[in-house]
Amino acid sequence: MRVARVASSRRSFLGHSYNLVGIAASLVILAWTLVAIFAPYIIPHPIGDIVDDDYFGPMRQGLWLGSDYLGRDMLSRVLMGARYTVGISLAAVSIACFSGVVLGMIAAVTGGWLDTCLSRFLDAMNSIPSKLFGLVVVAAVGSSIPVLILTLAVIYIPGAYRFARALAVNINTMDFMTVARVRGESTAYLIGSEILPNIIRPVLADFGLRFVFIVLLLSGLSFLGLGLQPPLADWGALVRENIGGLPFAAPAVIVPSLAIASLTISVNLLIDNLPQKIRDRDA
Amino acid sequence: MKAGVLKLVVKRLAVAVVTLVIVLFAVFFATSMLPGDTASILLGQAATPEAVAGLREAMHLNDPAILRFLRWLLGLLRGDLGTSYANQMPVAALIGGRFVNTMKLAGITTLISVPLALTLGITAAMLRGSLYDRTVTVLSIGVISVPEFMVATLAVLLFAVYLRWLPALSSVNEAHSLADLVRIYAMPVITLTFVISAQMIRMTRAAVIETLSTPYVEMALLKGASRSRMVLRHALPNALGPIVNAVALSLSYLVGGVIIVETIFNYPGIAKLMVDAVATRDLPLIQSCAMIFCLGYLLLITAADVIAIMSNPRLR
Repeated sequence: MRVARVASSRRSFLGHSYNLVGIAASLVILAWTLVAIFAPYIIPHPIGDIVDDDYFGPMRQGLWLGSDYLGRDMLSRVLMGARYTVGISLAAVSIACFSGVVLGMIAAVTGGWLDTCLSRFLDAMNSIPSKLFGLVVVAAVGSSIPVLILTLAVIYIPGAYRFARALAVNINTMDFMTVARVRGESTAYLIGSEILPNIIRPVLADFGLRFVFIVLLLSGLSFLGLGLQPPLADWGALVRENIGGLPFAAPAVIVPSLAIASLTISVNLLIDNLPQKIRDRDA
Repeated sequence: MKAGVLKLVVKRLAVAVVTLVIVLFAVFFATSMLPGDTASILLGQAATPEAVAGLREAMHLNDPAILRFLRWLLGLLRGDLGTSYANQMPVAALIGGRFVNTMKLAGITTLISVPLALTLGITAAMLRGSLYDRTVTVLSIGVISVPEFMVATLAVLLFAVYLRWLPALSSVNEAHSLADLVRIYAMPVITLTFVISAQMIRMTRAAVIETLSTPYVEMALLKGASRSRMVLRHALPNALGPIVNAVALSLSYLVGGVIIVETIFNYPGIAKLMVDAVATRDLPLIQSCAMIFCLGYLLLITAADVIAIMSNPRLR
């Protein structure tokens, strides 16, 4: 939320020359999306197969990214890891933004005690450090994909709520809102047809930023061993299981880290390079 | 007018207290949901059902959750953090030394990162649009965009593997000299400094730029003040509130940072203690550690908000 505000106030000087960066960033995101969808068809080796006699093998022909701590093909594991990292994060961010934005709009339109209660409660939720919350909840109910998605979503609902509510409160004071109210429109109509179209662009930019936060948190949890459990492995878990290769600078520990970085940096750069109109929070 | 500020500050503090109670409640219930039965875990597989039932009774595990929560809360108020399930030691004793270690780590990081980040952030804002500014901006967005463990991994690769200056693991007990101490703290502190500074640089830069675009700064420029005078005399005093706010907010990222950094470097602090406690299902220990972290976090973000309120000239 706060990062989002800083990010959008930062770049008025960059102008058009950087739109090339935006295009490059969207290509990287598109590539990872395609990999996430088609991973099972393009991996050269099954992810569980031990294909190398050596562990932490270097990059060479046939094993383009070397082998991991058990001698499994790293390229296949990274490609499959994209599925979990991108898929879980996307599901979580969709739930978080959808619930947060709908609640935020409802709170702004209805106001009164509902607004106060929701805002107080979600502000309190926001005061729990996200990594700690993830740690406690995932440890409490065990780690599975649905639990991870819900936990990550719950952690980021308050942020999405605050962002959407702040935008919706501004729209709510407009004349056309008064007119719609006088016409006797329902709350559902007010938020769906009057407010949402006016805040959708900054909300989408916020969606991207929140996606980055969720990818980072998911990777962090997996790195601590509280995210995806073996045999499944997302990129954070791949770094964790191969951390023993760090002293030899094995590709097995570097490549998954680079994969995370390429995805998150691309999303950040794409949002940074969107036209001013789209990212502006009071557009 | 002063009363207005006071009222807002008191209101903000009251909100913090209410939040603290909600957070304590959440932590307690989340930990009560941990899978498995504590009594049977404690007694091991060979325990008879009677022994397990007896222990459950002795530990008040059969009481309703709300009663256990109140009992725990009362204990907290008396300074009694409970007894660790895993090794029967008082939680306070387990946490004591670890807490000092974590505070040392956080303190050293703060001492290094605050001056560093403020210098970089303010100079970047002054030279806005220059190559220097763009380098600082791109580097800080890069650090923010990657997970903490990746910063740590890269630091180990650079300083321990390629340059061989520092050991990859910390062990506070082996410190015999100042040189040892530096070697032990260097890696965790470097990693945390990177993570915290990146946030702080971005926020500081944004705060200074916002002040620089105000009419009175433009006025200073028009009357012929030099660029450094314009920034140091006119803009900075007014940007001080937002900057201190940014510092407090960035320091709250320490909470997430130490969890990763202590784990990766095997540093004996409370974050490592807590991650280990999650594995052994040691409820009192998890609750106390989580509480300390939430308290620290809440303190920092409340401080940030209070500073923001007090530094708002419209309220003075």
